[in-house]
Amino acid sequence: MFTEEHKIFRQGLRDFLDREVMPNIDQWEEEQRMPKDLWPKFGEMGYFGLNYPEKYGGIDADFMYSVIFMEEISKCESGGFMILPAVQQYMSSPYIYKHGSEFLKEKYLTKVISGEWIACIGISEPGAGSDVANIQTKAIKDGDHYVVNGSKTFITNGVYGDFVVAVVKTDPAMGAAGVSLLIIDLNSEGVTRNKLKKLGWHASDTAELHFDNVKVPAENLIGDEGQGFYYLMGGLQLERLTGSIAGYASCEWAIKYTLQYMSERHAFGRSINKFQVLRHRMAQLISEVEASKQFVYHCCRMHNAGEYIVKECSMAKLLTSELAEKVMTQCLQSFGGYGFMEEYKMARAYRDCRVGTIGGGSSEIMREIIAKMVIDDTSYQRAGSVPSSPKSEPVEAPKTETTTNTNDKKSVMSFEAIESAIKGKAAAAKPLGNTLKFNFGEQNVMLNGLGDANVVTTNDATEAQCTVDVAMEDLTSMLKGDLNPMNAFMSGKIKVKGDMSVAMKLGSIMG
Amino acid sequence: MNYFTEEHNQFRNSLRDFLQKEVVPFVDEWEKVGNPPRSIWKKFGDMGYFGLRFSEKHGGLNLDFFYDVILLEELSKINSAGTSAAIGAHTYLSLSHLNNAGSEEQKEKYLKAGIAGDLFGSLAISEPFGGSDVASMRTTAVTDGSEWVINGSKTFITNGVLSDYLIISAKTEPELKQAGISLFVIDRDTAGLSATKLDKLGWRASDTAEMAFTDMRVPANALLGQENQGFYYIMQQFALERLVMAIGGVAGSEYALQYGLNYMREREAFGRPLTKFQELRHRVAQLAAEIEQQKQFVYYLCDRFTKGEYIVKEAAMAKLLATQLCDKTTFEVVQFLGGYGYMEDYQASRMWRDSRLGQIGGGTSEIMKEIIAKMAIDEIKYD
Repeated sequence: MFTEEHKIFRQGLRDFLDREVMPNIDQWEEEQRMPKDLWPKFGEMGYFGLNYPEKYGGIDADFMYSVIFMEEISKCESGGFMILPAVQQYMSSPYIYKHGSEFLKEKYLTKVISGEWIACIGISEPGAGSDVANIQTKAIKDGDHYVVNGSKTFITNGVYGDFVVAVVKTDPAMGAAGVSLLIIDLNSEGVTRNKLKKLGWHASDTAELHFDNVKVPAENLIGDEGQGFYYLMGGLQLERLTGSIAGYASCEWAIKYTLQYMSERHAFGRSINKFQVLRHRMAQLISEVEASKQFVYHCCRMHNAGEYIVKECSMAKLLTSELAEKVMTQCLQSFGGYGFMEEYKMARAYRDCRVGTIGGGSSEIMREIIAKMVIDDTSYQRAGSVPSSPKSEPVEAPKTETTTNTNDKKSVMSFEAIESAIKGKAAAAKPLGNTLKFNFGEQNVMLNGLGDANVVTTNDATEAQCTVDVAMEDLTSMLKGDLNPMNAFMSGKIKVKGDMSVAMKLGSIMG
Repeated sequence: MNYFTEEHNQFRNSLRDFLQKEVVPFVDEWEKVGNPPRSIWKKFGDMGYFGLRFSEKHGGLNLDFFYDVILLEELSKINSAGTSAAIGAHTYLSLSHLNNAGSEEQKEKYLKAGIAGDLFGSLAISEPFGGSDVASMRTTAVTDGSEWVINGSKTFITNGVLSDYLIISAKTEPELKQAGISLFVIDRDTAGLSATKLDKLGWRASDTAEMAFTDMRVPANALLGQENQGFYYIMQQFALERLVMAIGGVAGSEYALQYGLNYMREREAFGRPLTKFQELRHRVAQLAAEIEQQKQFVYYLCDRFTKGEYIVKEAAMAKLLATQLCDKTTFEVVQFLGGYGYMEDYQASRMWRDSRLGQIGGGTSEIMKEIIAKMAIDEIKYD
């Protein structure tokens, strides 16, 4: 997965971090901020533009460079440090690159890549986090600018950063369809920033932002009005994927740090890495971290290949962040009293990992998304490939049980339409060689493929070699190509009686 | 990364057809009887399933390991781990050793017939007083003229009552401990061999034996491979055995969750299907995520295994995690089914008890952790 060039890049990055970052971490944690002149050094090395085109100052490398970057910044003994470059490169600026105008890319993206400006992403509000459709910050168009009113909270980099990619309602009457992304300069008149105190991530600044009649030029709109929700859904996959890398990489750091301590610390006349209970506990953790890492690598390869992997990113984010909590808790235990002292780095790792299952969509939200995809067969499309008005409920905005049921909204073809569709498919397919009946309960469609062509009849009383019990709405989905016959079979949506091998040919008819 | 080609998928489909026709309708009966019928071996052999990875010279198909992955996955979805174990022990334990260390003569006699399904075998290593602690093995084999005389006992041996032949381990140089172990291939009708069937918690469709060797005389050519190399041969198969268990653990979990989900879609409580209850949905989501992660980890290792890479530590990790996950998943699925989960009318109860062996057989979870700890903490390397 990693080439020789990748390895050289990792070594160079590690040297850079050991020189520029590691000696100062404790001070930054203490002061609860990092110096602004640090970031142009990252920019100069190309670390903020790994996957961006050279045109904007990037180095246009493959995604595995970003994997390495995330891994190494996650091994600097400070989650607060890690999160600034992560937000800068993977959680805020991608919206400008993917959906922004050339003007915005020239003005903002180039400054992000050079490290001159620090970016943040403004989604959460005091009254809405993952429930994006319900955000209250308004941006009302007034001639050549927008007037923004509202608040954002938990904004990483928000206190000392330069601009925010803010999620706003340009049409407050609408739900998800009224959401847009707008770049707001944080030095604009009417913006106030409050620094929040928090449990961990001390080196990082987290802000509550207030917008009071802030005038924002109209050209600062990213992409189109009303598309913000879809841009966000796409962008959140990258956020979760990079968050997953931080998850297992911090675990790897903790395990290494703990094993080192266990080899040095003695109790009852031997080093504590000789105690079986501690050894087995570490063996379990090491195994889980390895499995998790390989799964994230798998997701990264899919992402690198351009696949849109909502389910996998959600799974990876859920599992790595929960694993990090377990790893930090159990590693800290191996340090005994020293684990509780700031003299060792476990205490910080323990408090820093706690935000993992909350930020970027909580574990509960991840499970909501996974449940919809696994249980309800909901699928999510990439922004740009969806109609302009939201058709299904937003991923992040589960409102009530009934509206989340996608099955309720499926259009169902009439019996006659189904008959005619099957006729069309049967005529195009090779003779089946068998008889196959689609049974809807009261009615059925029979396909006789024993002769030279497939003959379709309705409400046939004779027994077929294979009978498929199916709901009309599910068959509708299959005929439209929305539901794979094999998936329908595996998920119990179709029940087969008689010769299984005939049912296996369903794919050739539906195809 | 997709590890499966169109040919793999076709193979899976035809295998599924075969299992649906020849196996699935009968497993309930086999669970009651305690073993699959003699005729099943020939049917598998005729389809080529026992020889997927073996050379054509011995009747194999010389296919890549992902065909075996498919076989193991589908065998984990017939809802009878006992049946799968009987099949698996023959091909992945006994045939693997024959192929690895057997002489050409032994391969002709046992491997060829085993691949064809004319004979089926078992592997006998564990003893009443030593399982994973191979060094404490008490069975001995001493030479007497041109013969070996074997005395001792074995236990927990899958196919141990009914198999046609057995691969057994015995100490040929007891003072050398594990370095004095040799393997033998023994015919069922050898005088001095006796086996009794053990009653067990799950895996009820496979026969598991305790056996005794009393002055059992076997010819010189019963020795498998070289004298005193037995422990080494056993070690060589560990990665494969653990991968086999890991694949089964993941596929068993996947099958159980799918079964639970199908039930939850149909079962209503308080006016709506169980799939609409958020608490249950989140538990399903958690399991689905863990299963997907584990599956990709195991595939990644199978891929490395195919390339001949050294994966002793990772295979132990995969076996540990996948069998733990299968216990967790089957436990949850029983819970999803409520009272029906506890009834034999539904499949969940069998899934749950069958899963329990995963963390014990093929080296317990504790042994896996010992291995992982030695390799990751002490940086010991096993060659």
